[in-house]
Amino acid sequence: MTKYIYMDNAATTPVKKEVFDEMLPFFSEQYGNPSSVYSLANASKMAVEKARERVAIAIGADKKEIFFTAGGSESDNWAIKGIAYSQKKKGNHIITTKIEHHGILHTCQYLEKQGFEVTYLDVDEDGIVDLEQLRASIKDTTILISIMFANNEIGTIQPIKEIGKIAKENDVLFHTDAVQAMGHVKIDVNDLNIDLLSMSAHKIYGPKGVGALYIRRGVKIDPLISGGAQERNKRAGTENVPGIVGLGKAVEIAYENMEDSNKKLINLRDSLIKKIEDNIDYIRLNGHRTERLPGNVNFSFEFIEGESLLLSLDMVGIAASSGSACTSGSLDPSHVLLSIGLPHEIAHGSLRLSLGDFNTEDEIDYVVDKLVTIVDRLRQMSPLYDRIKGEN
Amino acid sequence: MMYSDKVMDHFTNPRNVGEIIDADGIGEVGNAKCGDIMRMYLKIEDGIIEDVKFKTFGCGSAIASSSMATELIKGKTIDEAMRLTNKAVADALDGLPPVKMHCSVLAEQAIKSALLDYSKKHNIHIEGLEDINFDDDHHHDIEE
Repeated sequence: MTKYIYMDNAATTPVKKEVFDEMLPFFSEQYGNPSSVYSLANASKMAVEKARERVAIAIGADKKEIFFTAGGSESDNWAIKGIAYSQKKKGNHIITTKIEHHGILHTCQYLEKQGFEVTYLDVDEDGIVDLEQLRASIKDTTILISIMFANNEIGTIQPIKEIGKIAKENDVLFHTDAVQAMGHVKIDVNDLNIDLLSMSAHKIYGPKGVGALYIRRGVKIDPLISGGAQERNKRAGTENVPGIVGLGKAVEIAYENMEDSNKKLINLRDSLIKKIEDNIDYIRLNGHRTERLPGNVNFSFEFIEGESLLLSLDMVGIAASSGSACTSGSLDPSHVLLSIGLPHEIAHGSLRLSLGDFNTEDEIDYVVDKLVTIVDRLRQMSPLYDRIKGEN
Repeated sequence: MMYSDKVMDHFTNPRNVGEIIDADGIGEVGNAKCGDIMRMYLKIEDGIIEDVKFKTFGCGSAIASSSMATELIKGKTIDEAMRLTNKAVADALDGLPPVKMHCSVLAEQAIKSALLDYSKKHNIHIEGLEDINFDDDHHHDIEE
């Protein structure tokens, strides 16, 4: 294998050198516990606070509103469970969507078992939430609306400003899972009326296992992890100092470079979409054509199954992902693809190519070239393709 | 990847892909909703499986299981083909991950389904076919 092309940047990204370099001293040199009193510890504490400031600046928040966690899933769990338990005297109703990340969906399902009521909003064929249905779903007992900023599978970006407005008008808290949107979309929590926001470092060239939850000042939330007084008594546990430093640096770089990076990614994305559409038939672009993340490409290829596609791509040095059941370990294909109305068999044949800062136009050409051959090979083997050929 | 070298070999270079125009028996099992369909074509002469081809829509292990199953029955008698178990297919592939065992079940069923078609078309009784239920749900549940 001469080259390896990584097009699964929505799954995770490599840690950028500048990020790694800032993290490095906090493993073996500046290893002090931020809660201790001596100077070694003070260096750690200052590093954590610097990271908090960087994250706060990126989303227009105050640094006292940023709480570090072990990643996107913890942030999602904390936002949903923390609000549910702290507001349960006010009400027991939560509104979310059918296309959320499992960090939200499974948390909501857990709360349903505890007596909470959850409304799962529909999305249209592009994956955009129905605002009228959102308005109609709000009732006296509604305590939280949680709608993802941008979808991890199909890249669709939600009308977050309108959603924030609806939440505010109805005096309901609004949480958004911005794990995929961070670094690609301008976010101002005040302008968008966001009360809670989840983020993760490893999607934006930072380390795995660290994230943050923005919590608007004045919002009452129960802790998810009880223990020491870290994170202003809201999230116990000795701080992951190198990770937090990495998150801060990654967020800073992502927002400094956002315009250039997005411009490049959108060019690559649209080129990849066009070349696939020009060269392969019986396909469907999943997600909104323009209201989508700069690096997201998601197609369904009819008559073939996603895992076969991924294995074949891997053999020619291309890393991608699929919403096929066979790749998820469950029996059903992706809930997101089913929610946008794809029949099961077409959802099984989906492929997500998520681009990042290190992809090039040459790689796009290589991928399209290989994809044409692989799709054709798998279709020649497929009894479903026969039927279509027979009909024509 | 979680697959054995044998699975990857049969996925990359599947044996006996295609169709037999004048097949004596054709069987199709699985469904697109579950993400896998196998179709087997048999050419049978004097009780011997002279030729076998397949077409499969499915994951890597579905394609590899189809390929291996055709190799295991080619040139064999109907009785021998009837005795092919899903476990024999999986073993010949040096094993399948537990969640993929249903692919080998599907391969066994595809052969039996093609033999059933052969027995009906040629009015030949094949011992053991009458009790088989080609369930659409093809044992997805065994993975749990």
